[in-house]
Amino acid sequence: MSPRSSGTHPINIEQDVVLARQLARKLATECGMRLIDLTKMVTAVSELARNTMVYGGGGDMDWQIIDENSRVGLRLTFRDEGPGIPDIKLAMTDGWTSGSGLGLGLTGAKRLVDEFELDTAPGQGTRITITRWT
Amino acid sequence: MAALQNSTLDAMKNNQPQLLTEWIKGLEANGATRNLKEQDLKQQTAEFLHLVVSGLEKGNGQNVAAPGWDEARQYLEKLSHSRALLGQDSHQTASFIFSLKGPVFGLLQSHYKDNPAVLAEQLWEVSELLDALGMHTIRTFQKSREAVIKRQQEELLELSTPVVKLWDGVLALPMIGTLDSQRTQVVMESLLQRIVDTGSEIAIIDITGVPTVDTLVAQHLLKTVTAIRLMGADCIISGVRPQIAQTIVHLGLDLQGVVTKANLADALKLALNRLGITVSKTV
Ligand SMILES: Nc1ncnc2c1ncn2[C@@H]1O[C@H](COP(=O)(O)OP(=O)(O)OP(=O)(O)O)[C@@H](O)[C@H]1O
Ligand SMILES: [Mg+2]
Repeated sequence: MSPRSSGTHPINIEQDVVLARQLARKLATECGMRLIDLTKMVTAVSELARNTMVYGGGGDMDWQIIDENSRVGLRLTFRDEGPGIPDIKLAMTDGWTSGSGLGLGLTGAKRLVDEFELDTAPGQGTRITITRWT
Repeated sequence: MAALQNSTLDAMKNNQPQLLTEWIKGLEANGATRNLKEQDLKQQTAEFLHLVVSGLEKGNGQNVAAPGWDEARQYLEKLSHSRALLGQDSHQTASFIFSLKGPVFGLLQSHYKDNPAVLAEQLWEVSELLDALGMHTIRTFQKSREAVIKRQQEELLELSTPVVKLWDGVLALPMIGTLDSQRTQVVMESLLQRIVDTGSEIAIIDITGVPTVDTLVAQHLLKTVTAIRLMGADCIISGVRPQIAQTIVHLGLDLQGVVTKANLADALKLALNRLGITVSKTV
């Protein structure tokens, strides 16, 4: 297991999204995640990191390897100081997008992980925490 | 402002072997020598120390932008560039110069042991000079690094359009790596053009080399498929591994009737089948 069990990765440009995926892949491997779970987690990272960049105007991904009570997992928080999401229910609807996407990023990411927590308000930025257990 | 004294310069000039030995020791101790051949390290340290001494002899002071430092600056630029290619980070490259401080300070300490006021002043002068040279290295290192990354990106872009004819009427497009929008656009356009040029009936998009299929990648794929269909050709997506298939389902992606196959061989088999071609072993 990695000597460091938490850290922060910036998400500002397209390249950072690629690096965030690579970091998540590495961390998930360190956690001993199965290929199928790892693929789901990395895909969720891709969605949330891109949202952070595109809609949040950039931000950070905090990562943490959790090792507690005989279970191991990877927890990631995507933070930005952007405009926030005015209507959470709408944003969490399959197929709804304010831009030109498919509108499946948020809902899809939620289905790809074990725990999904969304904290946002207009003008207050957005925080999304996801966890996947091995 | 006080300047570097001739006495300091002479001390450095006359003690180069000692300075070099200690400098290399320091570099080894802080791990700045990894990936470097001993031979290269010896040569680089000797050359650089020589350039510092000769730069000072020309009376340039610490203004490393002055013409008298041209040679030293160019040398550092070359060094930065070669180290960037070796994959060293800017920390290691800057350490190269900053590590020279210890040996020089030690030398001056014994040289000016009876004159602490001059010692302090001269230490400051040397320190300023090495800092300036170190900063120059970091700056040029970053530039070289950016140049390397830019070149790699361009190479990737060029490599990104391998449209392969598998059979009369069957084209394959193996996609490899990250499908960022810019590259995907290029790939898509060249596939469409090749379909027109070859009059192909079936195009196979192989995503075996794409590690992550998310909504953006899917969107690109679907646009390509739609365009291919509009041209009257058929499309098969291959390389949909089990973990990718499951992820697509969880994301809620609708592949709109696109035929998918786990690997390229299966896709080719299906394509030939559709064209009414049978392949059999000769007995
Ligand atoms: N970090 C964020 N800050 C502000 N708004 C956001 C953020 N993340 C998502 N949103 C809003 O929620 C909507 C839905 O996001 P979601 O990721 O589901 O779809 P999308 O990004 O539009 O399309 P895609 O399917 O390509 O991801 C976005 O269109 C956007 O309006
Ligand atoms: Mg999205």
